[in-house]
Amino acid sequence: MLVRTDKLKKYFEIGPKQQLHAVDGISLEIEENEILGLVGESGSGKSTLGKTLIGLLPNSGGSAFYNNELLPQKFSAADHLKYSRELQMIFQDPYSSLNPRMTVLDIVGVGLHIQREHTKKQIKEEVASWLAQVGLNADHMSRYPHEFSGGQRQRIGIARAMIIRPKFVVCDEPISALDVSVQAQVINLLDELKKSMGLTMLFIAHDLSMVRYVSDRMAVMYLGVLVESGPADEVFFNPQHPYTQLLIESNPEPDPTTERQRSHIPIKGEITSPVNVKAGCRFASRCSKTMDICMNTTPAITKISEKHTVACHLFS
Amino acid sequence: MSDDILQVENLKVEFSTYGGTVKAVRGVSFSVERSKTLAIVGESGCGKSVSVQSIMGLIPMPPGRITSGSAKINGHEIIGLSAKEANKYRGVEIAMIFQDPMSSLNPTMTIGDQISETLMVHKGFSYKEASKQAVELLEKTHIPEAAKRAKQYPFEFSGGMLQRAMIAQSLACNPTILIADEPTTALDVTIQAQILELMSELQQSEGMSIVLITHDLAVVAKMADRVAVMYAGQVIEMGNVDEIFYQSSHPYTLGLKEAMPSNQKDKGKKLTPIAGSPPDLFSPPSGCAYYARCPYAMAICETQMPDEFLIATDGDKNNNQKDSDHYSRCWLQHPDSPQVDSLYQSGRTNVS
Repeated sequence: MLVRTDKLKKYFEIGPKQQLHAVDGISLEIEENEILGLVGESGSGKSTLGKTLIGLLPNSGGSAFYNNELLPQKFSAADHLKYSRELQMIFQDPYSSLNPRMTVLDIVGVGLHIQREHTKKQIKEEVASWLAQVGLNADHMSRYPHEFSGGQRQRIGIARAMIIRPKFVVCDEPISALDVSVQAQVINLLDELKKSMGLTMLFIAHDLSMVRYVSDRMAVMYLGVLVESGPADEVFFNPQHPYTQLLIESNPEPDPTTERQRSHIPIKGEITSPVNVKAGCRFASRCSKTMDICMNTTPAITKISEKHTVACHLFS
Repeated sequence: MSDDILQVENLKVEFSTYGGTVKAVRGVSFSVERSKTLAIVGESGCGKSVSVQSIMGLIPMPPGRITSGSAKINGHEIIGLSAKEANKYRGVEIAMIFQDPMSSLNPTMTIGDQISETLMVHKGFSYKEASKQAVELLEKTHIPEAAKRAKQYPFEFSGGMLQRAMIAQSLACNPTILIADEPTTALDVTIQAQILELMSELQQSEGMSIVLITHDLAVVAKMADRVAVMYAGQVIEMGNVDEIFYQSSHPYTLGLKEAMPSNQKDKGKKLTPIAGSPPDLFSPPSGCAYYARCPYAMAICETQMPDEFLIATDGDKNNNQKDSDHYSRCWLQHPDSPQVDSLYQSGRTNVS
């Protein structure tokens, strides 16, 4: 077990007596060399979970473990220095996550620079080698982010994370800002890096087909809680939670015949507010199978097969 | 006589910039039949949006310039009209919804007022009549508590609700054509399904034609009757939706399909990205624009852009229209070119 969380919580104070429950008691485990795909609608707390997990945000309760070592509730500067060697993140938006006033050399080399263990020359060599590994050119070092396309910028972001040789990487929607043809380039690059460096990843995305393609296991998040998790294919082809079923049903497929045969289940409503959530199942207001119990009791996580768990009263 | 609502012929659009002239749209032709959906697919920067925006008169001129081409709505030419004349069509016969509803609506006006404005400008309604109709339009797009919602501002709406409001606004004058420019790209998959469902429903009840611009082939598969695949400012393949998906005849269309994960159970198949990036449209190549990235490129591709090769036709021969034909602009379709059927299936090898 490389990464584990136990009832991890992250609340934001957004006003007097108003708390936004972005991550509300999530327990998950990620094995070494595994890719866990995390899906859910925007506002479900996926990114917040990723950031809280690697200490970019202090948590509000529960605990996170890396290599069986409890991570601090709030990272100090020394903690950041220590854990950033192992835990890294690739961000969603390759436009806003690179400093426009820094050259590619400075951006990619910043991790090594902070560690103060390399000479300038060594940093330059490392940067050149990583640029080559992510499919860019060493000549690109002296350029600025605006001179690159979206796909190239995402590669710069990947090189910046990988140059540290981390063990665990949170990929926060690394491809959603990219064109289809470029998405495949970045996915294949991540796949190669995973194999060559033995990476473990939390892969956050809302594109279900892509998450299923990339991940070994898949977890579905709704309003701060996990509603279903299991092996990627099992969750994708045999979804049990009504929310997962809704997601899979709404996910169109690039195949006209399948689309014509698709049953048209009306989809109710939108994701509700995560502010001051009450007891009960969070999906109850949109669910087509709501029972009385759903309104007042939070469903427990139930095992339906060895690795497949669901949090729904239909299964308890 | 064909039943084309919108006919675009050889449209060319350029932009003058300090760096030179960008030839964003280089001779695009397409037509849309009544009550049908045409999807225009392609990567960012391939000219999808510019093509339709120039029809809608949304291109700032200068720096933009329509250098040639025509666009006819129901037989009436709309390119080159004065703004006043064009307004008889734009917003009335042909309406448009945009990708980002948050930034496309006016944040300082209530939703109801924005819809009423359209009715007051185009139909001469009084404010009172228009407001009443605005609420009806919001109800038509299934916005709950429409009367209350009409008095709210865009920031009080979620993304999906805003897109519904924008659709309501576009429906104000009962358009015959709705242009939807990436209408669901910014939305979640469940909300995307709701919006697409709403568009199909309205298409049936109102008999609208839809021009759907998207880069998502899954959305195309769900919505389209006909598909135009664009690359570097040109339509490189056009056909009915099944022909485009099951008999793709341009390597670029094939490349787009192979770059996406399928939902089939055989997971082991590796994604095949399209190498490289689209050409610079300051000086577009004289030959096929896809030459540099094409795994089947031949010598002729570098120097000459192929014409449209007819792949299949199912209209009657007397009908000169290309409404239902499947054609592709690729030299591989030339009778003298090497046969690459086997390559299409086995993988990506260079044809020399």
